Amino acid sequence: MTGFFRSEFFHNYKRSTSAIIGSALMAFFAFAVLAGPFLVAQDPYDIAALNLMDSYKPPMWLEGGDPRFPLGTDGQGRDVWASILYGARISVFIGLVAMIASCTLGTLLGLVAGFYGGIADAIIMRIADIQLSFPSILIALFLMSAVGTGIDKVLIALTAVGWVVYARTVRGSTLSEIEKEYVQAAKVAGLSNRKIIRKHVLPNVLTPLIVIATIQVGTFVLIEASLSFLGVGVPITQPSLGLLIKNGFDVLFSGLWWTSVFPGVAIMTLVFGINLFGDFLRDELNPRLK
Amino acid sequence: MFGYLLKRLIQMTLVLWVVSVIVFLMMSFTGDPVFMVVPIDATDAEIAQARRLLGLDQSLLVQYGKFLTSLVQGDFGNSYVFRQPAMTLILERMPATVEMVLVAMALAIAVAIPLGVYAGANPNSRISRVIMAGSLLGISLPGFWVGMVLIYLFAVHWGVFPSSGRGDTAELFGLRISLLTWDGWHHIMLPAITLSLGTMAILLRMTRAGMMEVGRQDFMKFARAKGATRRDVLYKHGLKNALIPVVTIFGLQLGDLIAFATITETIFSWPGMGKLLIDSIYRADRPVIVVYLMLVALIFVVINFIVDIVYTMIDPRITLK
Amino acid sequence: MTTQTKSKPLLAVQDLHTHFHTFAGTVKAVNGVSFEIGAGEVMGLVGESGGGKSVVGFSILGLIDSPGKIEGGQILLDGQDLVTAGEDRLRQVRGREISMVFQDPMTSLNPLHTVGRQMDEVLCLHSDLDAGARKQACIDMLESVGISRAEERLKAYPHQFSGGMRQRVVIAIAMLARPRLIIADEPTTALDVTIQSQILKLMRQQIADKGASMILITHDLAVVSEMADHIAVLYCGNVVERGKTRELIETPTHPYTRGLIDSIPDTAERHDRLKQIPGSVPDIRNLPKGCNFKDRCPRAQALCAEREPSLTAQHGSLWAACHFPLKPGELA
Repeated sequence: MTGFFRSEFFHNYKRSTSAIIGSALMAFFAFAVLAGPFLVAQDPYDIAALNLMDSYKPPMWLEGGDPRFPLGTDGQGRDVWASILYGARISVFIGLVAMIASCTLGTLLGLVAGFYGGIADAIIMRIADIQLSFPSILIALFLMSAVGTGIDKVLIALTAVGWVVYARTVRGSTLSEIEKEYVQAAKVAGLSNRKIIRKHVLPNVLTPLIVIATIQVGTFVLIEASLSFLGVGVPITQPSLGLLIKNGFDVLFSGLWWTSVFPGVAIMTLVFGINLFGDFLRDELNPRLK
Repeated sequence: MFGYLLKRLIQMTLVLWVVSVIVFLMMSFTGDPVFMVVPIDATDAEIAQARRLLGLDQSLLVQYGKFLTSLVQGDFGNSYVFRQPAMTLILERMPATVEMVLVAMALAIAVAIPLGVYAGANPNSRISRVIMAGSLLGISLPGFWVGMVLIYLFAVHWGVFPSSGRGDTAELFGLRISLLTWDGWHHIMLPAITLSLGTMAILLRMTRAGMMEVGRQDFMKFARAKGATRRDVLYKHGLKNALIPVVTIFGLQLGDLIAFATITETIFSWPGMGKLLIDSIYRADRPVIVVYLMLVALIFVVINFIVDIVYTMIDPRITLK
Repeated sequence: MTTQTKSKPLLAVQDLHTHFHTFAGTVKAVNGVSFEIGAGEVMGLVGESGGGKSVVGFSILGLIDSPGKIEGGQILLDGQDLVTAGEDRLRQVRGREISMVFQDPMTSLNPLHTVGRQMDEVLCLHSDLDAGARKQACIDMLESVGISRAEERLKAYPHQFSGGMRQRVVIAIAMLARPRLIIADEPTTALDVTIQSQILKLMRQQIADKGASMILITHDLAVVSEMADHIAVLYCGNVVERGKTRELIETPTHPYTRGLIDSIPDTAERHDRLKQIPGSVPDIRNLPKGCNFKDRCPRAQALCAEREPSLTAQHGSLWAACHFPLKPGELA
């Protein structure tokens, strides 16, 4: 453990403002997601706790504001801040789970394609290429319109879109690794394919995967937000930050801006933090620039 | 050359065919369109008759065959909602989407390239750091949210721009184009700006990366060894080289713009094909969805092809093969 | 410092220090280098890779970019110090009075510009010729470096040439404005062995024709023994020996020079192993006290760890920085 703190990675981390800010934001969100709901008085999804008299109160620093609701309330009297905390949970959950699923699926396919080659490789890569020539949002949109809304459906759609980048990277790494002599030697020595994958290919592919995975969480949060905004994402009963924005859109023209602006700020901060840290990771873990 | 074109044509057709299969399969397994055309109190016999008319009683393969034939003929059937040919509906709205996408791309390029070149040439300056932080923010923003903020500030609060809709149009070559009127520009500004931000940020980052990469190259130093000024070396030697990776992603970015236009059009009630798509998804208007997807697939495939050709024109090392 | 040549030198480098301030420490790539070169002479700058030779070349032209910086010394061209001259003056010098040939012709040329355009650039910068005259000058120059169908070739791109031809183009560019000094940084290292001698011959012919001088930077003693009039041997940023080629090769006084000469494979006699200089170049960020070479030197003694030797006159034209230099005829 102490070895880590003395490493060059940590040293550069300390010196990089963006890395520190980025990871601080991420940590903040992790905390908010885990502990948030316990810190807020009101459960915005408990109908009994809501009071319609409290609806559309502006943020507390404006006229008509109420210190109980620091960021204002929505049409049902829900505290915007509480909604954001609950919504962030869902957004982050979706982002993380989809990332893990994509990573697993993509890595598996990439390994198969790289290792076994042949027709499996051809098929997998063809699908990947075709998929890559279309914007992910469109593919996700189309899938969602076909399979219907729901968190599980969103996860499927995101995975279907997200696996490609892992598959390509892993396949590339695999191909270059199996060419190397020490791998050929291992094969001759009788080492099983699985062992070769585990000992030689995976360690080398790990660092780019970490970078991709980190940034992909942010990407997924954004895609999910867009899908929810369009009404083909999460269900109304489990509103992510994107859905909150959608709900606020309807009253935007009447000047009631806080219900849609603040959730957006939350998304922006979260993804910005992820990207800041991801940028730093990419520079640090990229052997070529060293 | 001819061989290459033929090869690409076959590839493109193949991709479109695969897309058509996927679209067809997805559409077939989701919902039953028969209920879109019959009234609520239809009897079983009427439902069965409607099914026959729509060809829904036949096997999947036959249905696909019919689908494919009509596709190739450009006949996608009538919209369930509008009772007009789906193709016509989409094509009518295409100019609106195209003009918004073009303005957004022009904006993105106009801002991203100069800033990116500056940031790449002077990576350690204060301004560069600000630019880069800004670009990172740009790719972290939910586009639709930015649109909403812009609407609130510029339309609702300050009332400088209209909050929705397309401006007046004038006709050119039989197409209705709003860029030919002042009112048109007045209406297109907010949506185009909203749409352009994501691409702007990405292009900026790529340009900067390209400039920094090129700065490390030997030929830059060699040019300086000839006595050229730093500035000349940067712009005359470096820029073109740096922009090559940018051209590579240009096609993809254009595709992304068309995709994100669906959201932007929804926010700004912009009467383009993106908005039509979203509305059609809500209303399960299958024919329209199919037309949109196939048309957009065609557009993407063509864009990719054009980008590849352009690429070979820029870099003499690349030949068509 | 006494001059080596009888006439006034064309270029005199005096106590040059070029340091690189990296994150991990300051690299003193050039740590007190001095030499002179007169008109029409060829000087060889020899040393192992990473020994700072290229940095000397770039320093002369003021092409050291951060984190590097010339920290001290003078570079006198006709008596004018280039270290303190402004960028404007340096740009006049570059390509016109002093030009450079880089190591890898593939990366020296801009892949997106035609060869003709890259050649034309030199003339645009340094002459008043009109377009027609410039084109003719380029054609003549290409022919003179042995590229046939020159006029057609002007419209070609670098990747359409083979490695050796590309280097000829680079040489052509370097010679176009008739410089008085050419710095050739490992000009043949990136080329096939068969092409190397051709290129060297070409260079020798070019400078002889134009009465120019050349600093030939290389790690290959064999190359330099054929081409150079005098040689300076660089080790860890210092000149450890210099003098006329013949004398240096036949009767070197510095053990490092001896080692370099010995490690040239001898095709005449049979040996069991190739002779090498044992050990490796010390970490240039942490140079040892005393003589930099002591850990690899078969002659090192206590004094060598105490005091750094400075250049002192040996026999003939040779100067060496060594406490226990070799005498003529003495083996290591």
